[in-house]
Amino acid sequence: MERITELDVNGTHHRLDADAERTLLSVLRDDLDLTGAKYGCGEAQCGACIVLIDGQPIPSCVTPVSRAVKKEITTVEGLEQNGQLHPLQEAFLEMGAMQCGYCTPGMIMSGVALLRQNPNPSEADIIRSLEPNICRCGAYPRIVAAVRRAAEMMKTETPKEGAA
Amino acid sequence: MKEETVDELSLEPERYELYAELEQHWEAARREFFELVGGGIVVVYALDQVSGMHESSGRRGGPGLSLPQEIGAWLHISEEGQVTGYTGKVEVGQGNRTSLTQAIAEELPVPLASIQLVMGDTDLSPFDFGTVGSRTSGVVAPQMRKVAAAAREVLLDLAAQRLSVERDSLLVQNGKIIQEESGRAFALAELARGQKLLKAAGEEVLAKPATEWQVEATPVPKANGRAFVTGKHHYTSDFKRPGMLYGKVLRAPSMNARRISLDSSAAEAMPGVTVVCEDDFIGVAASDELAATRAMEAIHAEWKPLEGQPSTHELFDHFKKNLHEVQGFGGPTAHVEGSVEEGLSSANRVLDASYTAAYIAHAPLEPRAAVAEWSDEENSKLTVWTGTQRPFGVRGELAEVFGISEDRIRVIVPDTGSGYGGKHTGDAAIEAARLAKAAGKPVKLVWTREEEFSWAYFRPAGVIDIRSGVNADGTITAWEYHNYNAGAAGIRTLYNIPHQHIEFHSAQSPLRQGSYRALAATANHFARETHMDELAHAVGMEPLDFRLKNLQDERLRAVLEAAAERFGWGKVKPSSGHGFGIAGGHEKGSYVATCAEVAVEPEGGAVKVIRAVTAFECGAVINPDNLQNQIDGAVLMGLGGALFEGIHFEDGKILNARFSRYRVPRFSDVPILETVLLDRKDLPSVGAGETPIVAIAPAIGNAIFDATGVRLRSLPLAPDGVKKENS
Repeated sequence: MERITELDVNGTHHRLDADAERTLLSVLRDDLDLTGAKYGCGEAQCGACIVLIDGQPIPSCVTPVSRAVKKEITTVEGLEQNGQLHPLQEAFLEMGAMQCGYCTPGMIMSGVALLRQNPNPSEADIIRSLEPNICRCGAYPRIVAAVRRAAEMMKTETPKEGAA
Repeated sequence: MKEETVDELSLEPERYELYAELEQHWEAARREFFELVGGGIVVVYALDQVSGMHESSGRRGGPGLSLPQEIGAWLHISEEGQVTGYTGKVEVGQGNRTSLTQAIAEELPVPLASIQLVMGDTDLSPFDFGTVGSRTSGVVAPQMRKVAAAAREVLLDLAAQRLSVERDSLLVQNGKIIQEESGRAFALAELARGQKLLKAAGEEVLAKPATEWQVEATPVPKANGRAFVTGKHHYTSDFKRPGMLYGKVLRAPSMNARRISLDSSAAEAMPGVTVVCEDDFIGVAASDELAATRAMEAIHAEWKPLEGQPSTHELFDHFKKNLHEVQGFGGPTAHVEGSVEEGLSSANRVLDASYTAAYIAHAPLEPRAAVAEWSDEENSKLTVWTGTQRPFGVRGELAEVFGISEDRIRVIVPDTGSGYGGKHTGDAAIEAARLAKAAGKPVKLVWTREEEFSWAYFRPAGVIDIRSGVNADGTITAWEYHNYNAGAAGIRTLYNIPHQHIEFHSAQSPLRQGSYRALAATANHFARETHMDELAHAVGMEPLDFRLKNLQDERLRAVLEAAAERFGWGKVKPSSGHGFGIAGGHEKGSYVATCAEVAVEPEGGAVKVIRAVTAFECGAVINPDNLQNQIDGAVLMGLGGALFEGIHFEDGKILNARFSRYRVPRFSDVPILETVLLDRKDLPSVGAGETPIVAIAPAIGNAIFDATGVRLRSLPLAPDGVKKENS
């Protein structure tokens, strides 16, 4: 049985020993204790498990861990830098864009991927990009508002960030 | 008047008895409280049995703590000055952790971020019947205000003693007790240190009226929100215990199937795998989820299906042919006023119509989950973390299954990935505990989405038959209403109708059914408010005017008028292919009206909700931002049930047990949402997480009729678009 022995997550090189057929979601959560990504459906239909692989939003619940080897994985835990939240995390708090919060990590990762690709998304762009994500509590309008707000915040922040 | 006197007489003796007992409780309770929390100040809410019956008539406390029976919320100020409130309610996304924190801070002025709330922990929380029926704001928030107010008074007393000054010269501000003249100030810790003070507060404690609120009535953000956006909050499904295994349960291929053979030898031979086969339960535990899944798949079982189970297409006939007289949920209910026969015979028009509602799933994004751990000698003590709305109820279920007393069981409910009335039972907790017992190690069990859709319970389906009479001037004369299986919540009408017969008939349900957001008030409002629209059209009246003509209730009138005004009802005309609809109602003490605009595609009949304006009134508003969030969420969830959500089943199998087959609202379904909050500071606050769901479905259905002339009488209204033959 093929084993996976290393994984790069949130800038950290992890050593582990996992069956290659296990899902990336299970390895992140159960072996690396990165429980931000959630199980919601197991069929890439709800977005609760979305993480970034080389910057692309990927449903980790249907992705074998073997496919993530030697790639840069980013989970919601990796967004905060030196105690500073990502603008989209700030915006979620500012807009109150959650209720139970279970969909929030997946929403944020989808939103971060969108903002990297399109720093100034229209409402239609946001809806199209986040359509794979379900918020059963129905915080959708606030989530759209949070992505827009984050885009504004990132515009004014860009000069400060410089190299980033 | 006479009835009240009788009630008082019959209740008073009990009340005195209780208070006589309390004194003795308190001394024992005092020792137990401080064994639990160390020192400091504890203020408990002493219930009278009358008001507390629903929330609190049950055993409270657990190992190491047997609190007196009559305690509601309680509050502790530790020797370090930490303020902690305790309640048996749980947070499932409705925001009660935030609103109860506000209630404490309103009366005990300390920074919100410094207040902790222990919720849904059966060892620490006061007994609670369950986070059901929108009762946190109406029942627990007033208790929290009162214990916080009493704690503030204790602090003032202590400070006055220390300074030998009059209490009047002191004030509490930003977590300190201050004497302005001398500039002396005490932190809470300074006053609580070395104390072991227990105070019982009750109904008599005065809390500020809503008109003077400074912390409540403000849009305080979600408590501990940062933990949710960083992924640090641990839901049940995120918990991990040392040596923990992962569990899976082997389900029957269809409901009520009987197992006729079992071979688990291959699974048992797998290293590190525990297999449990007890009666109907077959489960495995292994070192990771994939290993558990493989072990489960290695078990060979043969099943004999139960023949002749009703399927979706014959469901509504089935209900009417299988009524039962036993007290089902809701119980038998008939409300009769006047004589329907008389009302119908005097009417100018008689209208008959039948409405149906499908089973729908709560589909909480966090499926049922539990982590179970047995400890102590001979594994006699059980701790279970699980996402349930009834921690004490689940403790009782566990006690029954394992034959141990409740004081050996602790159920802890981490803030949970939603519930909507769907998490009242302890299925996952029992299963995880069975596996953990056999494995001798903690076990985590998270239901799959398919399990959640197939083996949890549903909002009841039902049939509602209405016969009504109306006069040419728009006066409703008669209302005969029979509800089969949908449930009794919200069944009564607030419209003034002299002759009424309203009855709920419970029936045999082919699927497991239970609570839901606003319960049957969803189906009952759909039927009633659709029929009101049909009556209005039958007499050629404008639907809002028709409602108001037959309605005296001021609170329902107010929300209907407020929604209509914001929407521009009667002032604007829908464009071609669009339609407007209105509906209103009340449930659980609050009032709602929704105006909806829909667009129906000429080809295919696909329905899109363009705009929904909801007016809502739930007494004094505690947190306007959270309320807004709840209203939007309820309207969107209601939109799903209105247009496309429905469970399909055949031969005991759920046919659409996945998100790819069971459509829930997504971003692209969201209309323009507008809300009018009617803040009634003169009325007590009541819960608001449920009621705003009830008006959207009939408003959408009525708008579809306005757009197309097609009257839809079944929920979901248009899963495949509006077809002309539906009419």
